Amino acid sequence: MTFSDYIFLFGGMGLVTYLPRALPLLYLTHKQLPQWLIDWLSLIPVAILSALLAPSLFADAVDRSFSLGKPELIVAIPTLIFALKTRSLGGTVLVGMLLYWLAGLLLNT
Amino acid sequence: MDQQEINIKLSAADVLRQGAKAAWPIGLGYIPIGLALGVLAQQAGLPWWAVAMMSTMVFAGSAQFICVAMLAAGASIPAIILTTLVVNLRHTLMSSALAVYLAGVNRKFLALFSYGITDESFAVNMTRFKNGQWDRWQALVVNHSSNLVWVVATVTGSLVGQLVPQGAFGVDYALTGMFICLLVFQLNGRIYIITGLLAALISVGWYLLIPGDSYIVGASVCAATLGYLLKRRYRSSK
Repeated sequence: MTFSDYIFLFGGMGLVTYLPRALPLLYLTHKQLPQWLIDWLSLIPVAILSALLAPSLFADAVDRSFSLGKPELIVAIPTLIFALKTRSLGGTVLVGMLLYWLAGLLLNT
Repeated sequence: MDQQEINIKLSAADVLRQGAKAAWPIGLGYIPIGLALGVLAQQAGLPWWAVAMMSTMVFAGSAQFICVAMLAAGASIPAIILTTLVVNLRHTLMSSALAVYLAGVNRKFLALFSYGITDESFAVNMTRFKNGQWDRWQALVVNHSSNLVWVVATVTGSLVGQLVPQGAFGVDYALTGMFICLLVFQLNGRIYIITGLLAALISVGWYLLIPGDSYIVGASVCAATLGYLLKRRYRSSK
């Protein structure tokens, strides 16, 4: 690929990445939002986080099959309990990493 | 505007420090993923400057991974751009949800802010906005410091990535750990728990049955709508 190919490719990708992020904000922040929309949008973060997480814990990415024994899921349980007890973001990240690392060492030996 | 009053009280250094403090788990998660992307891009034949260009102009991790895989498979430029659009449509939902907290803010700021809306910055900023004590400048620092880490990590990966051992210190789990905790922060009330469980159930089913990435948007919209209807029904029956 030449330099201009890259410009064209990344320029196009950048545009279709930027517009979905910018247009709703630019439009909706200057409108009076109806209450039902505000109520609905308040449920979007929990829904998105859950939808991003659940398949990575309960499904095998290679063949897209259901899986209940992934190390990601096993580690997620103590990590979740730690998050519920401490409500510390940094601590949860570090505990999750540590447990996942240990799980990897145990499973590989 | 109260937003601006808050800014006057906080110095620029405070804003930077608080923004960076909120963003560090994101950076920690981006480093291994960025390195991995850089290595793959290098193996697919992209020079380091193309990786830098891509991370600066696109800043969308999953779309960039797909782009590298498609380039390696010899896909056409329009096909890659179209795929990027589909993968990134979920950000329209995040952008809409952020609009509730950025009402009336000038468009120049929003244009700069939008560039950095990712799954990770969205989750961190929404949690902070919801708890109060967070303003748009701190949120902007979260967005752009994450982007800086991302650019540096991907370029580093394309230059020296093969030297880093795979899976060192469980760092691959950083973003999962962060999402788990941010999910916990969102669970303040029965309706949020129900919506989260519905989203998990629907997304796994959708992921197993339908190829591609539509499960994120599909499950989020379905779960939020069901949650909203349940909430309304519960309210009217009282």
